[in-house]
Amino acid sequence: MNEEKWTEEITPKRGIFDFKLKELWRYRDLVWMFVRRDIVSMYKQTVLGPLWFFISPLMTVIMFTFVFNTIAGIKTDGIPAPIFYLTGTTLWNYFQQSFTSSSSTFVNNAGIFGKVYFPRLISPIASTIANLIKFFIQIIVLIALVLYYVFIEGYQLHLNLSLLLFPMLIVIMAGIAFGVGIITAALTTKYRDLQMFIGFGVSLLMYATPVIYPISQVPPKFQFYLMLNPIAPIIETFRYSVFGIGSFSWLYLAYSAAFMIVVLFLGTVVFNQVEKKFMDTV
Amino acid sequence: MNNVVIKVEDISKLYRLGNVNVSTLKDDFEIFRHKLLGKENPTFKLAENNERSQKSTSNYVWALKDINFEVEKGEVLGIIGKNGAGKSTLLKILSKVTSPSTGSIKIKGRIASLLEVGTGFHPELTGKENMYLNGHILGMTKKEIDRKFDEIVDFAGIERYLDTPVKRYSSGMYVRLAFAVAAHLEPEILIVDEVLAVGDIEFQKKAIGKMQEVSKGDGRTVIFVSHSMDTIERLCNKSILLSNGTVSNYGLTKNVISDYLKTNNSLIAKVVFGTDVQPKHPITNILEAYIHDENYVISETFDITKKIGISFKYVVYQEEQFIGGIDFYDERGNVVFNSHDVSSIYNYEKHSLGKQQYTVWIPENLLAEGVYSVGVALLKQVPVLIYQHIQNAIKFKVIDYLRGDSARGRYNGGFPGIVRPLLNWDQKRSN
Repeated sequence: MNEEKWTEEITPKRGIFDFKLKELWRYRDLVWMFVRRDIVSMYKQTVLGPLWFFISPLMTVIMFTFVFNTIAGIKTDGIPAPIFYLTGTTLWNYFQQSFTSSSSTFVNNAGIFGKVYFPRLISPIASTIANLIKFFIQIIVLIALVLYYVFIEGYQLHLNLSLLLFPMLIVIMAGIAFGVGIITAALTTKYRDLQMFIGFGVSLLMYATPVIYPISQVPPKFQFYLMLNPIAPIIETFRYSVFGIGSFSWLYLAYSAAFMIVVLFLGTVVFNQVEKKFMDTV
Repeated sequence: MNNVVIKVEDISKLYRLGNVNVSTLKDDFEIFRHKLLGKENPTFKLAENNERSQKSTSNYVWALKDINFEVEKGEVLGIIGKNGAGKSTLLKILSKVTSPSTGSIKIKGRIASLLEVGTGFHPELTGKENMYLNGHILGMTKKEIDRKFDEIVDFAGIERYLDTPVKRYSSGMYVRLAFAVAAHLEPEILIVDEVLAVGDIEFQKKAIGKMQEVSKGDGRTVIFVSHSMDTIERLCNKSILLSNGTVSNYGLTKNVISDYLKTNNSLIAKVVFGTDVQPKHPITNILEAYIHDENYVISETFDITKKIGISFKYVVYQEEQFIGGIDFYDERGNVVFNSHDVSSIYNYEKHSLGKQQYTVWIPENLLAEGVYSVGVALLKQVPVLIYQHIQNAIKFKVIDYLRGDSARGRYNGGFPGIVRPLLNWDQKRSN
């Protein structure tokens, strides 16, 4: 037997830690093409086109300000309510959208996956990046609104050094959304029940995240539990680095980062186990 | 040194029939428990061979069982067999779309599969963007596509429309572009499903020519699945005949084909599709098809002077635009004709959910005597999207009872021809 020559072997099982990173790298061009496809197709056939990147966060903020601030009277730690909500929703929306698109990887791509092989992880990676580009555009909206409050309304910003952590915050958030997303994708291929749960679960999770309220408004005995939500420290840290108000703790940040590493690892493992079999069950 | 580039060893594939429900969960626990104990998967024992005409008593079925073969470098291997014999499953395993239940396949060299043309095409992207997208999906790098860019554009002949979204393309342009990309793949091993069945004759010729060029000229290996015996005979030196998930013949193409034609002469007037063995589609699924006379009486044989109806039922899961289509083949797999429901409102409007039915009528005095097989499909014409296509779903026989009212008249000698229309003849004195 001349075993040494085989370049590839197709077998029923795949090693648990066989990540095939080399293969992923070989398909990097495909990632960019998928990103491009997602961005281009998102607002094609709409009259306002890319303007929707701006319209939806602004509408959300107006509504949030009215409902949660004006009606419900939730305090925003002295930060003008619109920019308070916009920081929260911009970050949260990125998390939610990345999570949702990663978790529906198999369902959305059943057509392509049934016809051709490429590392399936490419799809959620691409959608996470595509959402990241959208996120940066919305950050521009946020900056514009903040500048409006600084120069027109005379609001005093308290930018501080922790702003340098911003890239890290984004990476952690993207990583968690991606990791939890692919775990969900793997678990929902066969049993769709979980998908039902995830659907409303995510929208409920927003209320367990300091998006529409600052953590300081939460009774102290619940604060700890709330910060167990790994997205909570991210949003709090971000607000702290811009407004100088809110809580900042290395401990909680480290917790979020650790959470990310665990779900990324776990996600890749279960996703890779499922990707070979899923075509038989979708 | 031996030249084997693909070595298939004891490949089997188990499918579960029926819907996902509590018993699936129970089975999964059972499988997991056996795995922990290091025992064989218990469902393997329950599984039956894949004989579709028999009603199954088990929930598990072997779509493939103990497949073994080798392919040498530069060889073109044909795979033939009836519907449900396991051809598609084998191709899917070879192209890594799904994994085998047991066994292994060893491969030497880069492998690319073409189970469909234009996989991943996005209607909103331009021709050029789709070219890259599709190329990347098929495993080409940006560099490779850049290098072949002009060649691909030339082959497709769509230079003027490169920056137009493909949703504005005619179906011909769409297929040409898709195939052009695929044709310029350069893997050592190419796996091709019967994608050639779509598209016009001109395109088929070009495609077959390209495949011959690929194997003969560049010494690359091709695995080719087709229902067309003529194409298989032309392209492949060796072939495999699959029946009920096992290799029933493997050898020189000529012998395998004659074996196939001998064993594959049973007529099928009605067929109910196991929705689980056939690949499911999220939008729609064909449930059953049957052939009948003008009074809807199901039959396998038809009088050449009577019209023939073909009906198929389908279920719509997602509101979408698509129409029905049929394709007719003669005994050797040559296309007699294709037909689409071109005047349907569903070219523009969406189907409503639930079960639907199509009936299409073949006029009397059109087909010749002989055996025909019919495929049924649900598709979208622009852009081309084939939701379901079940080839050789129905097989029937046309008989001339020699009453003198057919195109034969009272002549009862050999009367060749693929079709046999009863034509109007005018005769008059000439000046």
